[in-house]
Amino acid sequence: MALTEVKTDAVAAAPGGRTRTVHLRVWRGTAAGGEFRDYTVEVDENAVVLDALHRLQATQAPDLAVRWNCKAGRCGSCSAEVNGRPRLTCMTRLSSLPPDRPVVVAPMKTFPVIKDLVPDVSFNYEVAKTMPVFRPGPKGPDGRYRMTQAEVSRIQEFHKCIECWLCQNVCHVIRDHQENLRHFAGPRFFVRLAALDMHPLDTNPREELARFARDRAGVGFCNITKCCTEVCPEDIHITDNAIIPIKERVVDERYDPLLWLWRKVTGAR
Amino acid sequence: MEPYATHDYDVVVIGAGGAGLRAAIEARQAGLRTALVCKSLLGKAHTVMAEGGIAAALGNVWPEDNWRVHFRDTMRGGKLLNNWRMVQLFAQEAPERVLELEEWGAAFDRTPDGLILQRDFGGHRYARLAHVGDRTGLEMIRTLQFRAVHLGVDVFMEVTVQRLLTDAGRVAGAFGYRRGDGGFVLFRAPAVILATGGFGKVWKYTSMSWESTGDGVLLALEAGADLIDMEFVQFHPTGMVWPPSARGILVTEGVRGDGGVLRNREGRRFMFDYIPEFFRAETAETEEEADRWYTDKKHNRRPPELLPRDEVTRAIYYEVKAGRGSPHGGVYLDIASRRPAEYIKARLPSMYHQFKELAGVDITREPMEVYPTCHYAMGGVRVDADSAASTLPGLFAAGEIAGGLHGANRLGGNSLSDLLVFGRRAGLYAAQYVQALRNHPQVALDQVAEAARDLLRPFEGPGGENPYALQAELQETMQELVGIFRTGDELRQALDRIAVLGERLQRVRVEGGREFNPAWHLALDLRAMLRTAEAVTLAALERRESRGGHSRLDYPQADPEWGKVNVVVRLRNGRLELERVPLPPLPDELRAILEERG
Repeated sequence: MALTEVKTDAVAAAPGGRTRTVHLRVWRGTAAGGEFRDYTVEVDENAVVLDALHRLQATQAPDLAVRWNCKAGRCGSCSAEVNGRPRLTCMTRLSSLPPDRPVVVAPMKTFPVIKDLVPDVSFNYEVAKTMPVFRPGPKGPDGRYRMTQAEVSRIQEFHKCIECWLCQNVCHVIRDHQENLRHFAGPRFFVRLAALDMHPLDTNPREELARFARDRAGVGFCNITKCCTEVCPEDIHITDNAIIPIKERVVDERYDPLLWLWRKVTGAR
Repeated sequence: MEPYATHDYDVVVIGAGGAGLRAAIEARQAGLRTALVCKSLLGKAHTVMAEGGIAAALGNVWPEDNWRVHFRDTMRGGKLLNNWRMVQLFAQEAPERVLELEEWGAAFDRTPDGLILQRDFGGHRYARLAHVGDRTGLEMIRTLQFRAVHLGVDVFMEVTVQRLLTDAGRVAGAFGYRRGDGGFVLFRAPAVILATGGFGKVWKYTSMSWESTGDGVLLALEAGADLIDMEFVQFHPTGMVWPPSARGILVTEGVRGDGGVLRNREGRRFMFDYIPEFFRAETAETEEEADRWYTDKKHNRRPPELLPRDEVTRAIYYEVKAGRGSPHGGVYLDIASRRPAEYIKARLPSMYHQFKELAGVDITREPMEVYPTCHYAMGGVRVDADSAASTLPGLFAAGEIAGGLHGANRLGGNSLSDLLVFGRRAGLYAAQYVQALRNHPQVALDQVAEAARDLLRPFEGPGGENPYALQAELQETMQELVGIFRTGDELRQALDRIAVLGERLQRVRVEGGREFNPAWHLALDLRAMLRTAEAVTLAALERRESRGGHSRLDYPQADPEWGKVNVVVRLRNGRLELERVPLPPLPDELRAILEERG
């Protein structure tokens, strides 16, 4: 340790940890086609998959395309399929994977590939443009809004979403049936709808939100297999807390007998 | 030259973090055609990593709080080198900007009577940070993102701007490339807002992402605009130190705001040994007083763990240097022994998750190991306080890339409100600038052709240099020679090494095609990183004193003469030039606020 030297901020680094050898099998290619290629890299013992990819980039494959930003599980950029499982590569420690087999890294399968591990996720941003917008009611007499922590906590679960698109990637409504893309918004957007529906200040007519969920977002396609919930790195209970309440809202709006009678009498929609 | 896409806008915003989004919203609300250009996907900018909260004197928890106290705290935190007018506008407008976020759907944590809850942070007299657990930045960026998209701001994702175009000393547009397919893009626009964030990637241990390469610094310099305060770099006191792959990742100041304390390997709360004279009157002398402060701020003084960041960073440095550090070369940050596990998980869920997943540490049971990590640039583009206009007509700057607000050191929580207050002002004044234009600037095609040639240069070098290796060497150099503590000799060494790296960059030859090629992107970003490193180092060499985020071992004291000037950096004839400019004089009524009891 160089602690006795004048400068410490450069050298106070952790004394070198042990390293491990990682065998990587990474998908390389473009929309025109590609293949898995094998590599071997040395990384710190506690490294994550993204560290190994960066090491590979710096030493052997400088043009390897990888998305990343925060490297702390907070931005949702580095999603990929590691050993067949959709994961954030920055939060997947190599020590959690079987040491005797190569670490297989492929891009998210549901989206068209741009290059290597970078898929074209623009579908999600197009859906985002169609989403209903928050419409708050009037403020209190002191110019402030009031909400309880309990009300806020309920939607904060949904606001945790980091838009990693892993739920969109595993949802087999779109993964196996690309033709559904036009009618189906996907789990991430049901989470957004639920957050809006449960926001204590929002004044969008609930029947309009329900109609949007049914007709535009296609919530009826979801058959509650919970794949989305399983892969969510933020542990959002997508199916139980977001999708099922939305489905209930849709059903209520359609079959509520009192509402039906009211509409019949008044001619309201 | 090859064909390129051309887009016409009134206002082009570069960078889609908090400042860029807020600026784009304001310009769009003014009815202007607005483009938002960002290097990553939308919503991934570094704002997403902001944890603790947004500082604004809402007075929800402590009714005694108001803009005057926030003004005083911010000026003192910045060691009085701040642009007073920016601080005044900032402190006055921050509460409105937070309430506006709520109107757009943000769901902040609440007080018992249903208002926005505020938490304690370093350097703030009262609990002042509106927050959402420890993921405030995510809430902020999503709220702004949804708003901008709804208003019809056009977003160009994964596009890097390489050069600003000018016409007779005015902004005329911007030119860059799409990362996905490598195609070129021209934006014709009379107003450009720089919101490119910081440049922490120039150092080795940083809390920042690959994006923070100082693009805004290079764009502004090459277009002819001034920079200010570049020597002031904030090393956040608490970054992770272990494991090595997680080194530099931020540990929020909220840990200390919520009761966490710093200890050395002997278990001692060493911050009591490092209370500077400047803050002695407002800092607790005993552990008992410090602990009482969390619940009774009227009769007790602030714990020394909540001194401004530059003070805490230097203290940690000295503790480790004296051999009282933790096994991995940091110190201990302990909240486990001070607060119940449920409280910690509720207040700091991301920290709990981060340590559990990356380090295998349960922060409700064990202390964390921390060491300073490069976190924030106080300096940046020199702007007019009211309008966020740079010294180049048509060019505006807001957020971390703008200088002046934070002076020599930024207080935690002041960054997010900075983004909102000055993001809005940049959008507003850019819109006014465009609306008042009588004749529009024209894009000069020779500038476009030159920028296109520069973009392709990395494919044509003689070879033998690896951009990743050059980046690593630059980061080592800056960490070692332009870090928390600096000396004249080392700063001069750094300049020599930066110059050599610049020559070596000319030899880089990138392999592979133009489709999403990170080696090419890095070779281009390195131009900005090297210029930024040079600007910081030159300014640091110029300022022969220690103040805030600039500490010189060879000039260890603050010098009252240096307290009267800012250092300005500009590019003239291909070389960086320095100028000392006097601080704007402080009006008497604001001086009186500074002299109020803290």
